[in-house]
Amino acid sequence: MNQLWVAIIAIIVAPIIGGFLAGIDRKITARLQGRWGPPIVQPFYDFFKLLGKSRIATSRMQFVWIYGYLVFMIASLVFLVLKLDILLLVFLLGFAGISFVLGGFSSKSPYSHFGANRELLQILSYEPVLLLMALGIYAQNGSFMISEILKPSSEPLLASLWPIFIALLVILTIKLRKSPFDIATSHHAHQELVKGIMTEYSGPYYALIQLTEWYEIVLLLGIIALFWANPLWIGILIALAAFILELFIDNIAARMTAGWMVRFSWAIGLVLCILNIAYLYLMKGV
Amino acid sequence: MGIIHTSRIKSPWIIHFDNSSCNGCDIEALACLTPLYDVERFGIVNMGNPKHADVLVITGPVNYRTARVLKNLYAQIPDPKMVIAVGTCACSGGVFHNCYNILGGVDKVVPVDVYVPGCAARPEAIIDGVVLALQKLAQAQGVAK
Repeated sequence: MNQLWVAIIAIIVAPIIGGFLAGIDRKITARLQGRWGPPIVQPFYDFFKLLGKSRIATSRMQFVWIYGYLVFMIASLVFLVLKLDILLLVFLLGFAGISFVLGGFSSKSPYSHFGANRELLQILSYEPVLLLMALGIYAQNGSFMISEILKPSSEPLLASLWPIFIALLVILTIKLRKSPFDIATSHHAHQELVKGIMTEYSGPYYALIQLTEWYEIVLLLGIIALFWANPLWIGILIALAAFILELFIDNIAARMTAGWMVRFSWAIGLVLCILNIAYLYLMKGV
Repeated sequence: MGIIHTSRIKSPWIIHFDNSSCNGCDIEALACLTPLYDVERFGIVNMGNPKHADVLVITGPVNYRTARVLKNLYAQIPDPKMVIAVGTCACSGGVFHNCYNILGGVDKVVPVDVYVPGCAARPEAIIDGVVLALQKLAQAQGVAK
């Protein structure tokens, strides 16, 4: 019963935190560009406005998939707060991404298809690294359980898994769709692909995508916080610092191509992860 | 004043369409987004996608080729929506009004809510026009949908 309440509170509180983080994102981005920027609650205004718009359907299936995207994202967040299996969390997160891609493919718009193809490339870039992160945690702790990481006696994962942590920062940029990796939806390149995979979603359904993105921010920052799990507040500070770092990278980097993204994330992320896990297995004989 | 109604006024997303303008008004419309005027303070964002937009900002007189594009764009914007004609040409056809290929002002094709005259319309005038459109939206509660 206690776990049920934890899950319910997480489901309610996470989008509020995520929305404020999105607002801080827009404010800091504006300040870095020499602008004043919108109020921090602006993402909530956008969300409620979108809820009040009329529904325009281009295909019925895309709405099924967008609900799938939301539900699987919430499911992986519940796995995090209930301290369950991190490997299953990664699989659920992967299926959330796939739902989004299928939603993009289910309408006939070429821009939506463009975006969906690129989203697939993004999944190709981040999924192996996330899986290897779970493996690395297993190699260190001997268990996939998040409760094992949060045990008071365990030492911070960051000490032994810092290469995987660096790989995870690259993945965070890809998952948050920030420059140089904002190739599937593009906040700024309207001329190139309109809004990419989100082109065909309008009104309340676009609001659902924003809601899912807020859950995603909280989930990813939560995973990063696990790297310094006790005391947890240091981990949360590290996660917030990583978030601010992403904003700086977003503002100083140009958009790169999809092929470059895959090469970069595999060359940096995969190599760091494999070296880290190989070191753990060979030196420590786990 | 429900929360959705308040949010509508706080978050107008704009799509900008150039009919056959001389680009004078387009540059002024884009100048609103620069650090000098920074309309994102009011939640105004320039969207490239009509399906995400609330306010259609149109520059230039309508000619026979852009008329159907304009109708299409207007139809793709989900309700409630606002249309702002920016510049003398968009309001009435301007100096092009009696050209053989020009239909006239934007209101010959789509219903216009706010006219912003000027050649070219200044960014302050455009921002003023958006604010007027929002006031109109605020009064039209329950009607627009």
